[in-house]
Amino acid sequence: MPPVVVASKCTGCGACENICPGDLMAVEKGKACCRTKRDCWDCMSCVKACPAQAIEIRIPYQLGYYPAKLVPEVKEKSIIWTCTDIYGKVEQFHVKTRNE
Amino acid sequence: MTRAVLPKAIDEVQEVYVETDILIIGAGNAGCFAAIEAKKVNPELKVLLMEKAHIDRSGCLAGGMDAINTYLKKGRTIEEFVRWSRSQAGGIIREDLTISMAELLNKPIEEWEKWGMPIKYDEDGEEYKARGKWDITISGSEMKPILAEKTREMGCEVLNRVVATNYIMDGERVAGAYGFGVRDGKMYIIKAKATLNATGGASGLYKPYQNDGHDSHHQLWYCPYNVGTGYAMGIRKGAEMTTFEMRWCATRTKDFNGPIDTISLGYKTPMVNAKGEKILEERYAHLGGDAAPRYIRANVPMEEWRDGRGPCFVDTTVMTEEQVWDMKYDYLNERPTFVLFLASRGQDIRKDPIEIYGSDPYIVGGHTASGYWVDVKRETTLPGLFACGDVAGGAPNKFVGGCAAEGIIAARAAAKYCCIIDGTAPICKQEIETEKERVFKPALRKASVGDGVKPGEMEERLQRLMDEYAGGVHQFFRMNKESLAYALRHLAILKDQIKYLVAADLHELMEAHEVIDRIDVAEVLVHHLMYREETRWPGWQTRTDFPEKDNERFDGFVNSRFDPDSKTIQVFMRPYVQTVPGDRLKL
Repeated sequence: MPPVVVASKCTGCGACENICPGDLMAVEKGKACCRTKRDCWDCMSCVKACPAQAIEIRIPYQLGYYPAKLVPEVKEKSIIWTCTDIYGKVEQFHVKTRNE
Repeated sequence: MTRAVLPKAIDEVQEVYVETDILIIGAGNAGCFAAIEAKKVNPELKVLLMEKAHIDRSGCLAGGMDAINTYLKKGRTIEEFVRWSRSQAGGIIREDLTISMAELLNKPIEEWEKWGMPIKYDEDGEEYKARGKWDITISGSEMKPILAEKTREMGCEVLNRVVATNYIMDGERVAGAYGFGVRDGKMYIIKAKATLNATGGASGLYKPYQNDGHDSHHQLWYCPYNVGTGYAMGIRKGAEMTTFEMRWCATRTKDFNGPIDTISLGYKTPMVNAKGEKILEERYAHLGGDAAPRYIRANVPMEEWRDGRGPCFVDTTVMTEEQVWDMKYDYLNERPTFVLFLASRGQDIRKDPIEIYGSDPYIVGGHTASGYWVDVKRETTLPGLFACGDVAGGAPNKFVGGCAAEGIIAARAAAKYCCIIDGTAPICKQEIETEKERVFKPALRKASVGDGVKPGEMEERLQRLMDEYAGGVHQFFRMNKESLAYALRHLAILKDQIKYLVAADLHELMEAHEVIDRIDVAEVLVHHLMYREETRWPGWQTRTDFPEKDNERFDGFVNSRFDPDSKTIQVFMRPYVQTVPGDRLKL
């Protein structure tokens, strides 16, 4: 599943490269990129780790249509997920991730 | 970060020597619990984890988890658990392993909660909220970082981005492991008094049906970075392996290839075929209907397709709006992109049910029973080597809680073992050189010859071969003697072709070793499939030439051992030992 880096937001900090379980993310010329999109497991570790919200996960087009979005806003003990489907319908989920 | 370049000559490779009391290979769920337990048993012990990725997000829990499938709720007994696990696995489990695991199933989960992982409670707030007989619901999105924090806090050392390649041997005893840094390009020589393998199972042996030319190669249910390295390391040194032929082929959501229990178990949605029939109830009543063994349920959509009654679905149209919201909440804790997948289909699952299909087959000792043959302390047949989690065999239906419990058991034994081992004998210099040359060979070939076989090419050749000739999803999981013999012939060619592998950078060097390891695992797997001349678990193991069960010959464990000297694989039976009485196929 291909992660897409929004170049204008990416600061090149390397948080994604540090965390990616597949060793797929790398910072080149100051911007993050995914070396082989087909090898991504869409675990969203890079998306959650990115302090600039510069990485978006896409469903491969062969399996799902454009342009759906799933954006996590990572807080200390929760994540607010915003999901937008291909028709523009938005759903939001406040998910508790750590006990108080 | 800067990444090292590959060496052009073998003497350019830097060596890093480390000594430890306990070496744990793989810092996933089982490995972390083992590390923590070893420190609890004896805080003086030096505990080192060797991890191919980064401990915060490595292994099966990288994306999170939404349930614990093996928790003994109030009033449930270990005996009940054994009966359940045994019947689900078609009557073949190691009861001794299952009992010792069940004794510890709840401990890691309750600890995890204390460390910060949220668990849902029922309405009166007394007990965990039940999802099924043995299942509870968790908010596990961050459970792996929480576990990693605890592992570090206990004083365990972590070597991230080091790929394990082989065991260090001291005669018959395993005395640590070799690895290479996928970021720093160094050769790691880690000597240990006790070595514990927790590398997980194997994905990517078979071609997944989602695979298109572009982006969906790793659209897998199981972690694609678990490639069977732990099995391969044991095979190469002659460890006894068990039950590889009991493959994990599961009903998953179609195309996304994601977990299905969240929907079918969590919200009691029936599986239906294209004709609208409730498949289990109407076609499998004689095998238990909705309570049919796991392999029957796993094989249902593929059988329906083959018989012309596909596509199949879980009937989510019966769910309430609130349930749909809860279900999405659960997925966000485990595989968040399934929610994205539904959005990318513009799918309202109350009108348009979720389609299901079979997955590509995996070898995974935490779901089925493939892995190292271990004793009740989780020591393998190689002295000094312990195994836990998906890499350890004999005890299916471990899932997250059981893998953690096994980590605890293995660590206790490894900590004891440390005390009786001197461990001062030096490692044979020649052995180090041989392994270093083996590890860096694809890089040296790239530098000296240039042309050769890319790891990705070999991986796809392997996956196509296994899919077509060893019962992949495109063959509806079916195979016969001739197709398996074909697979073995070509696996032998592939093994011989390893010398042509080329790696252009350290990442490709890792990929080269991943495919080398997968080929070793695949070869043992095909030998197991060949040996079991019966069909015991339709779907998991379907022999078209032996469609019936043969209890006279095969009511036990199929085990194997690769002989490192003769380079041949021996396959043999081990008898079933029953301690919990009763019909093994019934609850």
